[in-house]
Parts: sequence; structure tokens; C-alpha cells
Amino acid sequence: MRWATFGSTRAALARGETTCEAVTTTFLRAIARKRHLNIYTYVDAEGALRTAREQDRQLATGEAPPLAGLVLAVKDVLCIRNWPVTCASRMLDGFNAVYDATAVARLRRQGAILIGRTNCDEFAMGSSNENSCYGPVLNPRNEIYAPGGSSGGSAAAVAAGLCHAALGTDTGGSIRQPAALCGVVGLKPTYGRVSRYGLVAFASSFDCIGPLTNSVEDAALILAAMAGVDERDATSAPVPVAPEPVGLTDAARCAGAALRVGVPKEFFGEGLDSTIRCSIEAILHRLRAAGAVVKDVAMPHTRYGIATYYILATAEASSNLGRYDGLRYGYRPAPDGRKRIDLHALYAQARSEGFGKEVKRRIMLGTYVLSSGYYDAYYAKAQRVRALIREDFDKAFQEVDALVTPVTPVPGIKLGSMINSPLKMYLSDIYTVTANLAGVPGLVIPIGAHASGLPIGLQLLGRPFDETHLFRLGELMMQLAKD
Amino acid sequence: MASYETVIGLEVHCQLQTHSKAFSPDSAAFGARPNHHVDPVSLGHPGTLPVLNRRVVDFAVRLGLATHSRIAPRSVLARKHYFYPDLPKGYQISQFEDPICTGGYVDIGRRIRLTRIHIEEDAGKSLHDQDPESTLLDLNRCGVPLLEIVTEPDLRSAREASLFLQKVRQLVRYLGISDGNMEEGSLRCDANVSIRKASRAPLGVKTEIKNMNSFRHVERAIEYEVARQVCVAKAGGTTREQTMLWDPIRQETRPMRSKEQAHDYRYFPDPDLPPIVVTPEACAAIKATLPELPDARHTRYVTDLGLPAYDAGVLTDERPLADYFEAVLAALLALDGAPGVHACAKAASNLVMGDVLRALKANPSAGFPVSAQRLASLAHLRMSGAISSSGVQELFMLMMTQKGTAKEIAMRHNLLQVSDDAALIPVVAQVLAANPMQVEQYRSGKKSIIGFFIGQVMHGFEGSADPKRVRVLLSKALDSPAP
Repeated sequence: MRWATFGSTRAALARGETTCEAVTTTFLRAIARKRHLNIYTYVDAEGALRTAREQDRQLATGEAPPLAGLVLAVKDVLCIRNWPVTCASRMLDGFNAVYDATAVARLRRQGAILIGRTNCDEFAMGSSNENSCYGPVLNPRNEIYAPGGSSGGSAAAVAAGLCHAALGTDTGGSIRQPAALCGVVGLKPTYGRVSRYGLVAFASSFDCIGPLTNSVEDAALILAAMAGVDERDATSAPVPVAPEPVGLTDAARCAGAALRVGVPKEFFGEGLDSTIRCSIEAILHRLRAAGAVVKDVAMPHTRYGIATYYILATAEASSNLGRYDGLRYGYRPAPDGRKRIDLHALYAQARSEGFGKEVKRRIMLGTYVLSSGYYDAYYAKAQRVRALIREDFDKAFQEVDALVTPVTPVPGIKLGSMINSPLKMYLSDIYTVTANLAGVPGLVIPIGAHASGLPIGLQLLGRPFDETHLFRLGELMMQLAKD
Repeated sequence: MASYETVIGLEVHCQLQTHSKAFSPDSAAFGARPNHHVDPVSLGHPGTLPVLNRRVVDFAVRLGLATHSRIAPRSVLARKHYFYPDLPKGYQISQFEDPICTGGYVDIGRRIRLTRIHIEEDAGKSLHDQDPESTLLDLNRCGVPLLEIVTEPDLRSAREASLFLQKVRQLVRYLGISDGNMEEGSLRCDANVSIRKASRAPLGVKTEIKNMNSFRHVERAIEYEVARQVCVAKAGGTTREQTMLWDPIRQETRPMRSKEQAHDYRYFPDPDLPPIVVTPEACAAIKATLPELPDARHTRYVTDLGLPAYDAGVLTDERPLADYFEAVLAALLALDGAPGVHACAKAASNLVMGDVLRALKANPSAGFPVSAQRLASLAHLRMSGAISSSGVQELFMLMMTQKGTAKEIAMRHNLLQVSDDAALIPVVAQVLAANPMQVEQYRSGKKSIIGFFIGQVMHGFEGSADPKRVRVLLSKALDSPAP
């Protein structure tokens, strides 16, 4: 793929070596060729080409928006006006969004060409992209493996060269884990950095929209375009957005000497794949050699991360998914011939048939932890643990500027291997969920590959609203990984 | 029934007169065509988020201050979950553990304590009686802001409950936060009713009555329910804790289906909405804009204006009437030759309570055409004696349809009466001189014959003399020693 990154495409467009239309056509052909990977749930070829041609005209007159030529795929949990949005669930069968998500609207204004929607786990619940009404996505690096989840389609689309970049969402690791398993760059921004308006909610206090890309620079460009306070999201933060990071590479090189990087030992314990461990240690060695301070830090509450996350996230999910009842939109069960339908029976039937297994499991877990009599033991207690986990991060960031960790304990997930062991699946989120509990940003970069061809990813966690620092560090470490 | 004491607590819902809804920019106006104020947020579409309308907070603080409540510096919006077709999100945004106001009171002769006042959003409307086959939904009301006012079990009779409600209605109308219209549902009330043997006995088992949509129904329903509970108690039974529906046609309460009663609302803080913060400065700023409230106004009318308590009650019942009265009084006091404040207040009060209220009742919807300035001119004319009491009524009716001051219209229609001594004294002298026999009779003790003289003088003016003044002048002439 010649124009794998938007950065390179933009330079080529500036030199007049290609056109937006040609780039878009190239991606559309690739999509058609790789249909068996089951990545896209919807492709808007006509719309994408129309936008591309319009941008070519604008480029000729110098009026093109800054991200003209950026071919973008969007996870099927973000609303795009007049497009279907299904969350890979039967429940939203036939539902079309009536408005653009804020992040999508901002990127569209900046020139993004929306090419299609990507497959994912149903309502973003899963770590392998196998909980989808469209069926699983195949990992483009090795097709007997899952791409990870829940933004598996987005990660696979970028890895397979079916777009420049894709938007994903990250509630407990759903951008970072598939980015690592597909060998692309994935950013979970700080909670509140990007408006959630138009993101179909899974767990409202965790959900983040972020980019999956083939370069750190692309991730930074996309973040800058969609970030910022939004009057339609009361949890969006009025923290200024760093300007577009020009000359990322040079700045990153210079930054090496001044870096202090923490290595939390709780993230390198039992169960971590040895190849992943070795790759990360090798990089850290080079980082030290480049002049950075690398030190151990303690994150003592990390071990409560999974339990805390699965209590709070399922509680919020059970509430957020209450609106899907089969009455006003989406899936409605076929009438069974009775003249009068009992309301509660209709709800039960719609929700039993409309939701998949994993979604129902989480709704039930969440309903249970919020039930009267159990609230204090589960929800309230988990909130207190969440505060402790946040404190772990605050303390660590007093000593270091960023943390380096693995993304996932396992080298890959073979298709079908974890479908019947949900608990094992939940435990594989161990290195990613704490960032969501604390609201801090996390950047995943590819640093190597296993013998199987599956890539190895590395996670950088940073201070709230300091994504810029993660970009510099990420760029530097990707260079070190290549050297 | 004398051997039982009634104990009532009320939950009053008051719809706020904001332009937009509690959590979306949708119009909150009453009376639009069904399902026309339904933006994606009101419909609870996937991906939408609530954003709190700050005006709702201002209104809550206004009512809180007016009821002497404690205003929480930080209060929390929570989700209350239940499934119903007119609740599109599957939860209602309300307040649970940390309401915005606590511990206030309302005086209705006795002090009725308020447990809390909290903010919540309304649900839509289910119409069960419009179509024989289906229940119809009107979602215009979804998200319209409400305040819920919860009292302690301090009310002791159906009459007190009704008085309390009327007081709340008056208060919210004075504050300009609600129209308090029970028939249109902008003021709604549920009553918790129980009985006990002695006033110190522990509270009995309560029932909750719903569906009372007028002050009269509230009184009737509570009376009915109390009688029913007494009946049960006298027969040796115990009241079951349950929800009763008031049936206004059959004039009885009856239990709701138990299926609709068993709820676990699974409250938890809404992760989409940050806590509501009310700073002491914001609170003070709102306090400064509060109008003079009815109780304070009533007291002032009695002590400063010398009005009877009855007049003060009628005049202060509605803020526009009291404002009008005060404008009339101010205009009257500014006129030349106006007597003291007490006399002017009474004169203004007589006109406002009499002719003005009568006209308003006869035609409540039309704008009232007599400005305070013009009504003051009428009061002034009346006090000067230039018009008779029956002339006042006639003149007032003419002022409703004609332009000009009271005097101008009275002159045009020949309604002025002669009360000028310079004109009256010569005629009085003439009449006395022409009737020496009757003068003698008067002076020898037959005082009642004064009526004859008044008649003669009035005749001399063709009925347009001021009879009061004529009587005074006659008495003066007759009672003075004979020349």
C-alpha cells in the first residue's frame, strides 16, 4: 500500500502526485478484495467518491479543508447521519442515525472522507470481535486469529490497508487491545477529551472515542481535529487542545533525554507472555540508552482493576441499554398471532431475541449490582476502589511522565478459542482497564512481531490531557523499535 | 371518625415554565401537536446525552429559598429505572441521595415541614382512551422539567392537604416558575395517607393515592381513603400498604394492579451529568431577584395599608392582582388632593376586589383594558364625591370599552354628581325656606323628616347631587339654632 498513512498521502496530494479520488478508489478496491476478512458492515462508495472529487476541486483552488484526503472508517457504534448504526446487534436492526456524532461531524468538517462502518463486538462488549451479529472479523496479520475487540474491525481495517485510519471506542481497552493484536497505532484519549455525543453508550463514565492509525502523527492529527469541549456532552472537558504536532519526529528525538518513564511491576507479573515481556524490556533498554530515566513504580490497586471495572461498567451498561425495548425503533419481534400483546412479554421477547449472549450477560450482571440490597456491597464499593486506582496513577505521575506496560497478556486470540470462557476473556483486559477507571490517556504502538506473524504492541499511559507527551514518546519508541 | 387521627404526606410534582426541556434544547411548551417536541435527546436515541438546563437549577433554588429550605452546594442527578413505553431511555433522570433542597417548610396556618425538593424530568404521555385497539404515545412531555416537593407527614386532614397544595400553587406562580395548573397537569400530587388512634401513636400503615387532578379531587380522594381505612380498622382489619388510584367518576379509590407496584428503581448517579453546584454567590444572586412573597405582602397590607385581613387575602392571592392593586394605589396617592394612605388603600381595594375582579371573572382570557392609572382616576372621583356608588359601577363598565380618564367619560355620559358646597348650600337654604312647617317638625324631634328635605334638594339637581353631602349640609343647617 503506497499511501498507508495519511501523512504520506497528504504530502503526495500537495505534490500533485495523486488525487483524493484515486486514493479513495484504491481503498475501495482493497475493501472489495478483502471482503472475506468481514471488516466492513457498510461501505458508502458513492458518498466517499463524491466527497473525494469535491476535495480534489477544492485542492485545485486552495480551499481544501486541512484533513482533505483522509479516508476514514468508523466503528459501527458511532452515529453518522442517514447511515445505519447497528452496534453489531440485531437489536438495532433497520435503525438509521438521524444526526452526526460530534467527533464525526468535526472530522467531516476537517475533510475526512467517510468510507464505511466497521464491524465490532456487539455494543462494544467483547475482546475478540466475535460477539457480533455480522460474525467475527479475521485478523489480517494471521487469519486464524481474532483481531481483538471490541474495535476489531477498525484495527483490522487499518492493518489491512482498507483506510488511512479508523475511529474506535475504548471502554476497557477496546481500541488498544485490537491495535496491539493487529499491529497498528491506537489511542484512547483522556476521558472527556473527545465528546461522546453520538457514541452509542456502553459505560458512560468509561467510553472514549479514539483513532486507530498507521502512524503516531495520524493519530495526533485526528485527535486534534475531533477533541475539545462540546455543549452536547456535559462530561466533555474544557481543556484546550494542543495544536497539531508538527515535526513530531524531531521533537520526539530531542525529548528522549528529558524523559522519565515508569514501569509498574504489577503489569509484568505471572501470566504475561514471555515474548511480549522480552520485547518490551529490549525497548526499555534502548530508551535508557537514549538518555531517559526508566524506573519501577508501584500501582498496588491494579489487581482490583478487572473486578472493579466489570462491576461499574456492567452497572452503567444495564442502565444504558434499557432503552432498547423493541417499541420505538430497531428490532421488534414478530407477533405470535395473539391479538392483545402483553407489554412485559413484548419487552422480554424483544430483548431476549435482539441482544446477543454477552450483552445479556452484562445487562444481568449490571442489574444485579445495582439492585436494592446489593448496591453498597458492589457498586458503591467499586466506586471507592476506582478512586484508589486513580490515586495510584496520580502518585506514579508525581515520579514519572509516562508508564510503559504490555497491552495484553496473550500473544493472540485464536478464533473460537475463548467464546465459551467469558471469565478468561475478561481477565485478558487486565492491562487496559485501569486507564479507563482512572480516565488517563493510553497510546498503543507496534514494536515487533511474534513468530506467528502476530504483532506485539506496547502501551504508554500518560497524565490526563497530556496526549501530546504520549505522541512524542510513542514516536520515539517506534523509532527505537525499528533501529 | 373522631377517635382516629389522619396523617398525610404529599408528593407534589410541579412542571417548570422553562423554554427548553430539562436536558435538551427541545421546546418545553404545553399544547403542541403530539410528538412535535421530540428531538433525538427527548426520544432517547442511541448516542444522545443529557445536558442540564441551568434555568431548572435557578428555579429549584428559587422555590427552595421561598420555602426556607437548605440549598445543597453540591447535589447529584440520578437515574431511576423502570420500563414503560412513555419513558424512552428506560430511566428517568431524577435526584435520589443528594437532592438540591432539604428541610424547608410552608405555613398554612400551621407549619408543614418539607422533607426535600428535587429536580427531575417528566415522562411522556400514554393515551389509553383515544384508540380502541392501541395505546397511543405522545412524547412531547419527555424531559420537561419538574420539581418534586415532598412533605413530612404533617398534614392532618384532607382540607389541610388541599390548603397546602393551594399554597404551593400560589408560591410557584408568584415565583414565576410554574403556572400551577392542576387540570393541565402542571401541578400533580400523590398523597400518602394513614390513620392512627392517638396523636402520639406511631404512624399507621399508609397507602399512596394517585391520579388526583384538581384540588377538589385531592380532598375527595383523601376523605374517601381515610373513611375506607377507618372502616377497615373498625372491622378489626389492617390496612395493606399499596398504591390506590382515585377514580373521579365513581368517586372512589381502588388498588392499582400489584404488577405495577413492585419496583426496584436501581438508582445510581447519572454518569452523563456532573454534580449540580450552587455557590453561595449564585444563591445570593437568586435571592436578590425573589419577589415579595404572598405571606409578607399580606402582612404589609394589613399593618402598613390598614386593610382588613380579608381584603389582604383576596388581593395577594395572585401576584398580578396584587401588583395591579399596588400600581392603582401608587397612582392614586400621586393625584392632587388624595387623602391618607389607609383611605386610598381601602378605596383602591374596594374597586379592585369589586368591579375589577368581577370583570376578570366574567372574561378571564381577555386582556384587562383599564390601566392602573385610569382606575386610580375612578377611585379619586369616587372619593371626591363627584360620583355616586351606583355611578361608579356604570362608569367602570364604560371605562372598559372607552378611552379617557374617569372624569372625562363621566362628563361625557353625565354621570357626575354635584358635591360642591358652593352649589349645594343655596339650594339647601331655598328648600328650608320653602318648607317652614317641616323645619319646625324636625326641630321638635321628628328627625326622620330629613329624608323629605334630601329628596327636595336632590330634585333641585335632577338627582345628580351627592346625597351624602346633601345630608351633611341639611343636618348642619337644621341642627344649628334657629335664626
